[in-house]
Amino acid sequence: MDLRDTADEAAFRGELRSWIEENLPEELQGHRGGAARFEGEKMRTWSRALHQAGYAGLTWPKKYGGSGASYTHQAIFLEEMARAEAPPHVGVIGLGMAGPTIMAHGTEKQKARYLEPILSAEEIWCQGFSEPGAGSDLAGVRTSARQENGHFVVDGQKVWSSFAHLASFCILLTRSDPASTRHAGLTYLIVDMKAPGVEVRPLTQITGEAEFNEIFFDGAKVPTENLLGEIGRGWQVAMTTLLHERGTLGFALQAALEVQVRKLAALARDRGADSLQRDRIAREWIEAQALRFTNYRALSKLVKTGMPGPEGSISKLVWSEANQRVTKLALELLGPDAALAEENAPYGGYWQHQQLRSRGNTIEAGTSEVLRNIVAERVLGLPKSR
Amino acid sequence: MDFTFTPEQDSLREQARAFLAANPEPSWKDLAELGWTGVSIAEEDGGAGLGFVEEAVLHEELGRALYRGPFFSTIAVSLPALPDDLRAEVASGETSWTLAFGPLVPDLDTADRIAIVGGDGIYELEGAEREILSTTDETRPMGVVRGGEPGRRLADSSVLEEIRNRTLAALAVEACGVAKRALELAIEHASTREQFGKLIGVYQAVSHPLADAYTRLELARSLSLWAAWCVAQGTEDAGERAPVAAAAAKASAAEAAVQVCETAIQVHGGIGFTWEHVLQRLYKRALWIESYAASSSTLRAEVAASLLDVTPTAIGINPLPVSLTQGG
Repeated sequence: MDLRDTADEAAFRGELRSWIEENLPEELQGHRGGAARFEGEKMRTWSRALHQAGYAGLTWPKKYGGSGASYTHQAIFLEEMARAEAPPHVGVIGLGMAGPTIMAHGTEKQKARYLEPILSAEEIWCQGFSEPGAGSDLAGVRTSARQENGHFVVDGQKVWSSFAHLASFCILLTRSDPASTRHAGLTYLIVDMKAPGVEVRPLTQITGEAEFNEIFFDGAKVPTENLLGEIGRGWQVAMTTLLHERGTLGFALQAALEVQVRKLAALARDRGADSLQRDRIAREWIEAQALRFTNYRALSKLVKTGMPGPEGSISKLVWSEANQRVTKLALELLGPDAALAEENAPYGGYWQHQQLRSRGNTIEAGTSEVLRNIVAERVLGLPKSR
Repeated sequence: MDFTFTPEQDSLREQARAFLAANPEPSWKDLAELGWTGVSIAEEDGGAGLGFVEEAVLHEELGRALYRGPFFSTIAVSLPALPDDLRAEVASGETSWTLAFGPLVPDLDTADRIAIVGGDGIYELEGAEREILSTTDETRPMGVVRGGEPGRRLADSSVLEEIRNRTLAALAVEACGVAKRALELAIEHASTREQFGKLIGVYQAVSHPLADAYTRLELARSLSLWAAWCVAQGTEDAGERAPVAAAAAKASAAEAAVQVCETAIQVHGGIGFTWEHVLQRLYKRALWIESYAASSSTLRAEVAASLLDVTPTAIGINPLPVSLTQGG
């Protein structure tokens, strides 16, 4: 047990920290521009810079253009990026989900075609999993893929798709066997977002921004060579994608929470807090430290044994609920000013926006209800509820 | 960064768990023969020369086993005040100690000798009368001392900070041991008890509170092991974090242990409320830990002072600069 960075880790952290300081444009720091900031050319430039410095696809194998770095370096990268309030590479879905899935299940031709442009931010990816009728219960997917003359014909609707309005490609989970139910008969496709029959509509959310989209498929033709994995085995491929979604994400979330708690403390110093509020601020600071060291325990186990520790499965659950409490407490500290919005609100409406956005935290990437089921059944070994 | 136990630390835990399962009421001599009383005492004083992380493994396992005896009072609390010759007597199992810090003295029924905090240092208290008080947790008796004279001067007041950090960190890991056992009992019950034709663990009204209990325990355990590691660093740089780590760990772990025990009692239903079930004893130890040394809210007040007040405080958290004006 040694909780300090090793010499190698400290060197990596130090280099990265100065690199971010030198390269992060001020206008991209923090939450300026909200969700729309991903759309501009500045984000592409920033993402290319990350790639050129070797920070895109850090854990991707070298043969696919990655850096072949360890999980520990990935964790340090996510921590430092969040601490600096730097935006991620614009290809988050490609880097974290589509890329690793293609590496695991794709053909050599697919790897050669798709991986490099993800790293260089030339092509952005989106994910088509959730549907209006299949949210937490993903096996209820109904978007159909019918085989016809060397291609699939796709009909249906996907929802909650980040980056779909910017994306070149979509990783799409479809039902290829209309007679099938649940986990069988699903097929995983790579879909060109510019193809005829694919329409993207932004979904305005509680904050007034449009981070997510709906995607409508109306007879969209997808070449057979865009099949990822085997026909009818899409569920197994989708599990690879979700495993990566929930992988080292905990480090980014914890570091973001740490920044949030620091801002909360600064707010309390600025505007005052009574003793009950001080108790809650201390509680959240302690919670953020607890989450940090819980992530470290899980990571250490992963590095030593190749298997993540069970501790890691609570990371997103804890973060989402903490972020909701922290942002609501900040509004409480603002008093009547909490009712103001945007430029009329203190600090440019930062906390009002954060608090509303936080309501999505316990829904996106696995609802808290599903995560509690996962902890109960897979970690504690309780009998299955379904 | 490596946050795992060494194989030696793992085998110490296995040994402790097996021994305490077979010998639920070990004597002080038994613990000395196992090398536990000298675990963190230097080799030249007859100890094993290990650190606080190894000691923490024992506190956790002793908590789990609801051990009754002066291990906590001697090793976690009193040791920093003892000169080398007296440490050697602890390592050999000749004597045990407790420290009269406030009016209520823990383990007063079993500790051989009493140290007392005086104006400018810590002394041995000689010839005092002991009165053992009845306590809710019968496995951690407390008492008061009357009369007596200060004898040998043991240490100056500079050791009090180390005593505080060790006490809080030891109580935190002990609380984790208590909570882990309560959670295991609850999981076992929910996995075997049937009502309405199903195992009760399938009902989310049962399984989700257990998932939350596990979550609270793991978070608390991470803080407790962080605190133990910081305490083990002593005067090294990383040891600077010991005061705040110990405060955060004790605040979190004591609350978690109480909550986990309460969930376990609820999940057990009527049987969890009975005197014969071990849960009531685990619960009472958790309540004792919450009440002893400093309550969770008192410790959070210290953390808050260090985060929010301009005047530097004892447990210094360095607030890194942040921008308040990054609106969207």
